[in-house]
Amino acid sequence: MIDRSVFKLTLPILFGYIPLGMAFGVLFVTQLDYPWWGATLMSLAIYAGAGQILAVSLLAVHASLLEVFVALFVLNARHLFYGLSLLGRFRGAGWRKGYLIFGLTDETYSLLTSRHRTDDTEAEQRRDSLITLYNQSYWVIGSTLGAWLGRAVNFDSTGIEFALVALFIVLTIEQYKVLGQMLPIWIGAAAAGLSLAILPSDQQLIGAVVLATLSLLAHYRFHRPSVSAGSQEHSHG
Amino acid sequence: MDNLSYLLEFIAVGTIATFATRVIPFAFFSRHSEHPLIQHLGRFLPAAVMSLLVVIFLLRSGNWSAPVLGLDALVPSLVVVGLHLWRRNALLSIIAGTACYMAIQQSGLG
Repeated sequence: MIDRSVFKLTLPILFGYIPLGMAFGVLFVTQLDYPWWGATLMSLAIYAGAGQILAVSLLAVHASLLEVFVALFVLNARHLFYGLSLLGRFRGAGWRKGYLIFGLTDETYSLLTSRHRTDDTEAEQRRDSLITLYNQSYWVIGSTLGAWLGRAVNFDSTGIEFALVALFIVLTIEQYKVLGQMLPIWIGAAAAGLSLAILPSDQQLIGAVVLATLSLLAHYRFHRPSVSAGSQEHSHG
Repeated sequence: MDNLSYLLEFIAVGTIATFATRVIPFAFFSRHSEHPLIQHLGRFLPAAVMSLLVVIFLLRSGNWSAPVLGLDALVPSLVVVGLHLWRRNALLSIIAGTACYMAIQQSGLG
């Protein structure tokens, strides 16, 4: 089931996920005394980049299962907010919905919310699931390769993970072109700046997402009168 | 070899914790997907999240001490922005920016 347009759309994720997945795989087999397929299984079942790298250090110290739950839940808590903005988009996706929700990483969220869509909801949801599936395959392949090669990895791919930063830049520009306004972009940048300044590095991402969401809630309160006036006009007209 | 059943329990718990963060909004808020507040978030949150990801990952990709002052990450980023505004070809912008970053990092300029 090769869909060329989906493959092309997910190429930047391929460039990001293969080396990052390999980094995770190498870490897994060099830091821990478990078989290689543990890395593959984690990428199939957990599927969270930063979460899995944290998991390696938790496995190394034999953390309790309660600690594991709390640590991974807190680290991934930003996903709570991603879902809020996709409620309508995944509605009625049937059996695909479970997988769409399961596969909602930062990168997949970025692609799904930025890409051009037609009015054919079912076809678009099918493409959303394919995008999610392709992305996860890259991650699983990368981590498995890393776990196989282990310490033997010596090709110089230093810096290739910048593909993800470049992807986020491109998607920010695309978001701007869709919305026609800079305000949400400034809100996100300011939220990131503030959380970088005041929070330790493991809490910066979730801190920034919470700050941005709160700012958008405040933005909503200020703009609500005009929005409801607009929709009333619409229903009368 | 460490205890395999611990590894499997660990993966099961990690899977549940991660999936919980992704499914909770759909489990508890899906009836409210037409609510104007949810619509507002759906419209603006992706742009805000994208730009905060840029800022956070950009800061982590660069060397911010003198004399580099983050130019090792800022120059490739400007390549991405410039190319994208000019040609609006996502793949081209991403490949060129990444190649630029890799060249800088591997040549030791970063």
